[in-house]
Amino acid sequence: MATETNGAETGGLEFHPMDQFIVSPLFSDDASVAWYTITNATFWMALAVLATFAMLVLGSARRSVVPGRMQSVAELAYGFIHKMVEDICGKEGLKFFPYIMTLFMFIVMANFLGLIPTAFTPTAHFSVTVVLALAVFITVTVVGFVKNGAAFLSLFWVSSAPLALRPVLAIIELISYFVRPVSHSIRLAGNVMAGHAVIKVFAGFAAIAVISPVSVLAITAMYGLEVLVAFIQAYVFTILTCVYLKDALHPAH
Amino acid sequence: MEGQLAHIGAGIAGLGTGIAALGVGNVAANFLSGALRNPSAAASQTATLFIGIAFAEALGIFSFLVALLLMFAV
Repeated sequence: MATETNGAETGGLEFHPMDQFIVSPLFSDDASVAWYTITNATFWMALAVLATFAMLVLGSARRSVVPGRMQSVAELAYGFIHKMVEDICGKEGLKFFPYIMTLFMFIVMANFLGLIPTAFTPTAHFSVTVVLALAVFITVTVVGFVKNGAAFLSLFWVSSAPLALRPVLAIIELISYFVRPVSHSIRLAGNVMAGHAVIKVFAGFAAIAVISPVSVLAITAMYGLEVLVAFIQAYVFTILTCVYLKDALHPAH
Repeated sequence: MEGQLAHIGAGIAGLGTGIAALGVGNVAANFLSGALRNPSAAASQTATLFIGIAFAEALGIFSFLVALLLMFAV
């Protein structure tokens, strides 16, 4: 959401909390962005991929029996997601483990790299998270129909409810199914964007001498919270992917 | 005048985030009271806790989004 406008024209304050989300080309002064332009969003996403590669591939390349720091973090992340997929989706869900691991590592790396001051956070943009969520939605729908055929539609037909209620419930289930990619993507982007904007708002207050100590303390506290949110939102995105995938693999209620 | 109304609307939409905080607190409080009664079962339910928090929080984020749209897009 790269809004060019800000509150300065209408409000009296001189800071622009949303300016940190503006997508701009890296190598030219021209502000126009085509699909092939290398922007700061491209750069930070590429950095997230490189960081994932460095941590997981290079970190575990030595295969020492007593893991070093990098290797133990890589093993911890691998084991964490592996256990999550196995717990929620069951053994047959493990086929999708590489995909879910990729999602988790990309989101968590993009979130953490975005916390570096003056960095750009790709996951704060709906254009990034909507693609991730739509990919999950399409995967789940295709897997559901390929694996179960028409029986996948029993997801919407709640057989444990009284017969008179079932058509009503079917409509509700249908709506909730199609709202999934919306809430899935907005949750991640909204949380990340809100946190970063709040930090910038407090940073704007730091210019006023009387409240600047409070402001600095508030930035520190919010930053700590953001470190937590960066991980938890990646975790929530991944765990919801697992839950949706479980619906596709075992549609019966 | 319309811009000012949009700002008032953004403020009202911002209330929704506070109400979502009530919901998130409710989820966490009930989890804690359940976890203290049966601590051995608590560890296996943290995933459920986070899913519940995520669903409650998403609606608060929606109202934050409405506030943002009113501030910057209307």
